[in-house]
Amino acid sequence: MRLVSAAVAAIEAEGLRRTYKTATRVIRRKSLEIEAVRGIDFQVLEGELFGLLGPNGAGKTTTIKMLITLLIPTAGSARVLGLDVVEQAHEVRKRIGYVFGGERGVYERLSGYDNLRYFAELYGVPAHEQRRRIEELLEVVGLKGREHERAEGYSRGMKQRLHVARGLLHDPEVIFLDEPTIGLDPVGARDVRATIASLTEAGKTVLLTTHYMFEADALCDRIAVISQGRIVAEGTPTELKRGVAEGTVVEVEVFGGAHGALERIRVLGGVSSVAIEEREQAQVLVVQTAPGLELTQAILGCLDGSDVGRISQREPTLEDAYVALVTE
Amino acid sequence: MSSLRFVAVSWLLQFKMIMRSPFDGFGNVIYPLFFATVAFFVFQAGSSPRTLVYASLGAAVMGMWSSVSTSAGSAMQRERWWGTLELLVAAPRHFALVLLPATLGLATVGIYNLVATLLWGRLLFGIDLKIEHPLLFALSIVGTVLSFGGLGFLFAVSFVRFRAAWVLGNFFEYPVWLICGFLVPLALLPGWVHPIAWVLAPTWGMNAIRESALGGTPLPDLLLCLGLGAAYVAFGVLVTDRVLRAARERGSLSLT
Repeated sequence: MRLVSAAVAAIEAEGLRRTYKTATRVIRRKSLEIEAVRGIDFQVLEGELFGLLGPNGAGKTTTIKMLITLLIPTAGSARVLGLDVVEQAHEVRKRIGYVFGGERGVYERLSGYDNLRYFAELYGVPAHEQRRRIEELLEVVGLKGREHERAEGYSRGMKQRLHVARGLLHDPEVIFLDEPTIGLDPVGARDVRATIASLTEAGKTVLLTTHYMFEADALCDRIAVISQGRIVAEGTPTELKRGVAEGTVVEVEVFGGAHGALERIRVLGGVSSVAIEEREQAQVLVVQTAPGLELTQAILGCLDGSDVGRISQREPTLEDAYVALVTE
Repeated sequence: MSSLRFVAVSWLLQFKMIMRSPFDGFGNVIYPLFFATVAFFVFQAGSSPRTLVYASLGAAVMGMWSSVSTSAGSAMQRERWWGTLELLVAAPRHFALVLLPATLGLATVGIYNLVATLLWGRLLFGIDLKIEHPLLFALSIVGTVLSFGGLGFLFAVSFVRFRAAWVLGNFFEYPVWLICGFLVPLALLPGWVHPIAWVLAPTWGMNAIRESALGGTPLPDLLLCLGLGAAYVAFGVLVTDRVLRAARERGSLSLT
């Protein structure tokens, strides 16, 4: 078990808000305000691996971009290592690394080595240290031997590993990882997760955003669940699981009509949450119920007229806790 | 020292990226041919060898300017498409220092355009270029490249804020050919155009190149060209922080 420094916050967010202005229609344009982040507060302690977990569109990337000085908050404040992210942006940038998932963010016409060389210069890595640092990181991320090939020929996993190397070039104290395993195959994702786990072993503070529950569960010391721009739960993985340890999950396979039954099931007494999973030809209703209640017949009653397949009951998992939190 | 090294290394890497693009490479071979042909046919009636040299040099600088104006804005768009613009902004280097090598790289490609246009003129149309002051000619070309880089830098700064503004690079391409005297002497244009031409560094760069080739006094023009180029860079640096803050407030850095 990793020990974290007591009570020293590396990242602090207070009442953080971010609103975007956009417009609809071409003629008689109407302006709209979209609240992507609606007032969030959290702290990440030094040496901690903190997860920001939420579905697509929850506000994870917007939050991380405010912390790494790419977006100015509409309201609220944030500090990284005690430095304000708006007024002391330059000082913050010297001390942080930023890695995001996906294939963008590399210069494809340059080799992996030249990409790292450019970013080493950009981040002010001293000239006499650059070669050693680049070679070391290429070894760590497993790109040794491929570094002189153009990045356009790299697989998605290789580009992601190049990202990770780029984010660590200047040996930052705090590292922000925005969905770093998205789109990777299981082996590639496992390698990236192993690298992430090693960062806190080396004393770094890491903030990780992800929508993979198992990834947050496996890696993070603490997790904040974010949904529709607000933090809906925060705690260690154990604490979050304890929230759903009681109760039952009923899964019902339905062929058509699941969406129509959703609201009828949600209002049944004893139902904590209900969600629909799409699985090939069928939809699966996942219904969390309070402990001690048998609601299978009542649920089937709401599906009158629909073709029903398999029905099962099981213990709730951390993923169920997450689904319940983000669909409330 | 570290900043100078950064500019040098990123200039080199930006130049490498530009030269590796197959379409850019194809264009860089073909466009100088177009410019040389235009110059030849427009000035053929003049028949004086001096007129043809005048036109050939103008065509060459046209190519150099086109390389910078159209690419400076699209350079910022490319950074957006590649997803690298945010990484550049999030880095601790001053953003102006990050932009300048990119525009200098483009202007360096412009030197190739200039040389290629002159060579095409020699090979296809027999335009014999005798340079009266070779050293000043070389310095004038370098000075014009640097000032084009400075003007391209000013364009690129504004394109960070306004993501559709890259089309302005294309918009400014042809007017500069005319206003700055690449194709026709400034004296032939209406009087109200002259003050506009005077504040554009390409006007003085073009004059310096012609004066040094045809046996005039290029030094004052060269100094004016460099001075204006430095002024563009200074202004660009001053507004960079403001432009970036506006882009961060609007959230437009990641939008393509």
